[in-house]
Amino acid sequence: MGELNRTVTLEGSEAGFATTKVDALLGWARKYSLFAYPFVTACCGMEYMALASPRFDLARFGAEAPRFSPRQADLLWVVGTISQRQAPVLRRVYEQMMAPKWVLAFGTCASSGGFYDNYTTVAGIDKIIPCDVYIPGCPPRPEAVIDGLLLLQDKIASGDRRPGVVKPREDPLRDLVQLRKKGDKSGRSSDKSEKEST
Amino acid sequence: MSKAALEKLRAKFGDAILETHSQHGDDTAVVASERWREVCEFCRKDPGLSFDMLTDLCGVDFPERAPRIEVVIHLYSTQKRHRIRLKTRVGETSGEEGEDGLVNCAVDTVVPVWPGANWFERETFDMYGVTFKGHPDLRRILMYPEFEGHPLLKDYPAEKTQPLIPYREKDEDGKPLEKQAPFGPDEGMSFGRKHFTHGGEA
Repeated sequence: MGELNRTVTLEGSEAGFATTKVDALLGWARKYSLFAYPFVTACCGMEYMALASPRFDLARFGAEAPRFSPRQADLLWVVGTISQRQAPVLRRVYEQMMAPKWVLAFGTCASSGGFYDNYTTVAGIDKIIPCDVYIPGCPPRPEAVIDGLLLLQDKIASGDRRPGVVKPREDPLRDLVQLRKKGDKSGRSSDKSEKEST
Repeated sequence: MSKAALEKLRAKFGDAILETHSQHGDDTAVVASERWREVCEFCRKDPGLSFDMLTDLCGVDFPERAPRIEVVIHLYSTQKRHRIRLKTRVGETSGEEGEDGLVNCAVDTVVPVWPGANWFERETFDMYGVTFKGHPDLRRILMYPEFEGHPLLKDYPAEKTQPLIPYREKDEDGKPLEKQAPFGPDEGMSFGRKHFTHGGEA
């Protein structure tokens, strides 16, 4: 009886081992073959065009093929402001996509509604569909979008479905900090302690 | 520049022109709402005026005034090269609640005079609730048909939204959403640049 028990335990651990490896392989395969559905509604669309064209060349990351049917896509780019009137359309497009599917909020309006805090705008697409990566910027620079795509690929490879935000490459407040008086270190104390800890 | 136009209107319509002014060279006439269409037709057809282009038609809400809403049109004459602005005032706020507390908020359409007024009047109807009598297709143009009220009226609550579909309350696994966007030191960024760089330092 004791020997039999031991055999069963070994089988269980082997099955667990095999599953993780298949997931890793699938993640690796998926992250380099994203088929995108661009849901372009506003001015961020111009930045998306720059991104997809040769200068910034989204094709390097295997995510350049746009599918104009959500049924063939696994990455939804929400590019621009989503009005209340468009919300049901966006929800339907998302629901038509096959799993596994990912959503990328391109720009401030898609991420949070931006400055459109009014009767007509959805304050962020995460109010209606789950969102994987938020790319802030009005519009975001193509570099920021590429960062967002790499972040998404990283999440796909590691199976991490928690949402992420693309951080700026430089501290946007850096120039403001220089305006402070010399010797006034109150504003930077938190920065310094953070730097020392890293 | 076209003060002559204002004088012509005053001479022709008399009391129906409630007031005129020419601030910064913009000639403006306020017209009684009953004769709105008549004045517009005159502006279009009179050979001395011939305002053949409707530049804009919009509404303005003054909640403290008695005829509460102004309908404003801007006209231009491509032949005479002069401009004029015409206004009319409609809409009483009454004790008895009509839709949005507005009654008598109607004025004649000018679509037969300038066909381009069609969508402008639909927009003004959508945003302010002004009814244009005789308009060929008066329905909302920007907001969806399910929308209640008129959002550019000053008493429309600034925070009020009317979503067509309910917002998410649970995530895909059925767990309640604690917060939607990630907050915290890393903001969900799993690699690189977790901290700002200052002036090129790491």
